Amino acid sequence: MAALRVLVGVKRVIDFAVKVRVAPGGAGVQTQGVKHSLNPFCEIALEEAVRLREAGAAAEVVAATLGTRASQETLRTALAMGADRAVLAELGEGVAAGPREVATALAALARRLQPHLVLLGKQAIDDDCNQTGQLLAAMLDWPQGTFASRVELEAGAVRVQREVDGGLETLRLRLPAVLTADLRLNEPRYATLPNIMKAKKKPLELLPAAELGLPAGPPRLRLLRLQEPPPRAGGEKVDSVESLLGKLRQAGRI
Amino acid sequence: MFPFLSRCNMALRRVPALAAALGRRSCCSKPSLPPDFVEALRAVVGAPSVSTATAVREQHGHDESMHPCAPPDVVVWPQAVGQVQELAALCHRCRVPMVPFGTGTGLEGGVNAVQGGVCFDLSRMDAIAELSLEDFSVTVEPGVTRKALNKHLRGTGLWFPVDPGADASLCGMAATGASGTNAVRYGTMRPNVLNLRVVLPDGRLLHTAGPGRQPRKRAAGYDLTSLFVGSEGTLGFLTQATLRLHPLPEATAVTIASFPGVGAAVACTVQVLQAAVPVARIEFLDEVMADACGRFSGMGLPVAATLLLELHGSRHSLAEQQQQMEEIVQQNGGSSLAWAEGLEEREQLWSMRHNAWYAALALRPGCQGYSTDVCVPISRLPDVVVETKQDLQASSLTGPMVGHVGDGNFHCILVFNSQDPEEAQRIHAFTQRLGRRALAAGGTCTGEHGVGLGKRALLQEELGQEGLDTLRSIKAALDPYNLMNPGKVL
Repeated sequence: MAALRVLVGVKRVIDFAVKVRVAPGGAGVQTQGVKHSLNPFCEIALEEAVRLREAGAAAEVVAATLGTRASQETLRTALAMGADRAVLAELGEGVAAGPREVATALAALARRLQPHLVLLGKQAIDDDCNQTGQLLAAMLDWPQGTFASRVELEAGAVRVQREVDGGLETLRLRLPAVLTADLRLNEPRYATLPNIMKAKKKPLELLPAAELGLPAGPPRLRLLRLQEPPPRAGGEKVDSVESLLGKLRQAGRI
Repeated sequence: MFPFLSRCNMALRRVPALAAALGRRSCCSKPSLPPDFVEALRAVVGAPSVSTATAVREQHGHDESMHPCAPPDVVVWPQAVGQVQELAALCHRCRVPMVPFGTGTGLEGGVNAVQGGVCFDLSRMDAIAELSLEDFSVTVEPGVTRKALNKHLRGTGLWFPVDPGADASLCGMAATGASGTNAVRYGTMRPNVLNLRVVLPDGRLLHTAGPGRQPRKRAAGYDLTSLFVGSEGTLGFLTQATLRLHPLPEATAVTIASFPGVGAAVACTVQVLQAAVPVARIEFLDEVMADACGRFSGMGLPVAATLLLELHGSRHSLAEQQQQMEEIVQQNGGSSLAWAEGLEEREQLWSMRHNAWYAALALRPGCQGYSTDVCVPISRLPDVVVETKQDLQASSLTGPMVGHVGDGNFHCILVFNSQDPEEAQRIHAFTQRLGRRALAAGGTCTGEHGVGLGKRALLQEELGQEGLDTLRSIKAALDPYNLMNPGKVL
């Protein structure tokens, strides 16, 4: 196999264990002082890329993200897990970036780096969009294998097993291709201290997002309002079925 | 005020025969709570954090052991250490018993409120603070479980290795002096707790190593941290623990080896330790357990005495350890070894072992389980295990064995029909004999589960009168009215 390069897109998100709160003003969620980490599905994608390199099927793994400077810590985690180098497409603070912007940046990076395979997580746990991989494949006009639960490289192609509603579907895609990782693809490794220390020396390139074609037009989505659901009210005990039906009717539920 | 509920009926609903067999003293004669007491509790933590609902109290009146449920009179959920202090001071003034509650995953009835009182469910205090990657320490409150901590530490290269199986509260693990499969290399809770923030029975706050300190070693005064570790809620509330973290191993390998007999498996363990192979986990399964686990997990193990081994190290040192291990196993007649190094394979092997409890219960569906927990010097381990197996057969009991043989600690998972008083009696007699056999071999009646409700008599035999008197003096000094988790340990 030729020197196969894998580009892995990763995202810095609020850690899954954090209780998310709406920020005062309702313009977003509280992110100040809140623990952030590497999106779990991106971790799975990265793990798969590193395993491909360890098995000799790939020669280089590049981790990339579109984000503020804080995303550097996420890229260092990716490097500690085994990526060879990293690229940060840097956004200014407060600049909105959704799947369309991320896909634009990754497409520009892909044209520069010429990877044979792009691996992404199927979705981010903050917005659950599940769009970036698909948009990216369309922008590059490459085949896509989303919700991958098994990936096998062949000469010039990749065999992907996908988790779909009806069961498992296996596709064979010509390279270069875009894949998005689902939960059962693998169990990502924990970064060890020696690898964390080595990661500090691996190359991490900062590019202004404008160099990658951003902003690609004005933002198409505007967040109108964000609010927490109403606090749970106490339940009520009733003594008969008639009483229950009466209460449900009163509340307009039946 | 709340009417006194018949404790006897509720307590004897579960496992009636065994309760009778164990000769538990009747706890029907418990005083009811003073008037307006529950109102006073509400004033401290707010009405939503106080419950007298039957279902809630029953849930807090038992753990994973087979001791009958003994619900408290009230359950409270403090959200900050100041509230714990106020509640404790209130209970102390009114002489009401107090029982700390973490995850309820204990195995010796430690949370059963045998004298009623107030159950302090500390799970809402769940802060992880003061993580220091350079000092390898972190501070956790009772609501933090060991799996939650390790997930939080993901990406730092550090972990907390004490692994008792259940996803237990770390402060609860400190309270019971927990251990687990990794103890042979990383130690039990005791060496891994650097400081404890304790609320004493009268509400005063104590930092066992001084406030805000976590030196890796200290020689300053009596070791209060070690006193409270393993105190099983009888000396105070452990509202925060400072823990020692360890670096994650660079490489890990796991393997299974089958042996011609129990003696060979245990002898192999002894030799591995004597050869100073820094084995991370060395777990023993007898042939009954190996068969049960294999069938339960669908993995099919040979029906023979089995060792499950895990090695940690750098890539180079791992290869060396693997070679040493292969030689020793072969010398003891063990099977040839296939090493699992990938994460998924290793997890598969260990989950097979961690499901031992359920695999054992699956041998006799509809029955209850009880785990023994003796720990003996390693030199005596082969004899004690062999004698115990003979005793099991002579008593016609189902008791597959699983053990942390690297520490000389093993568990018989006794599977029995709780409705059969005669079998319950045989179980009770067997566990007493096993406890005494361990004591006679210079060991302890409880390696990691604690004394709780059921082993108080054995504790007396183990420590002797002077030992027990000393414990009683300490208890009297810290808790003169015997309000902290009464009926346990002493």
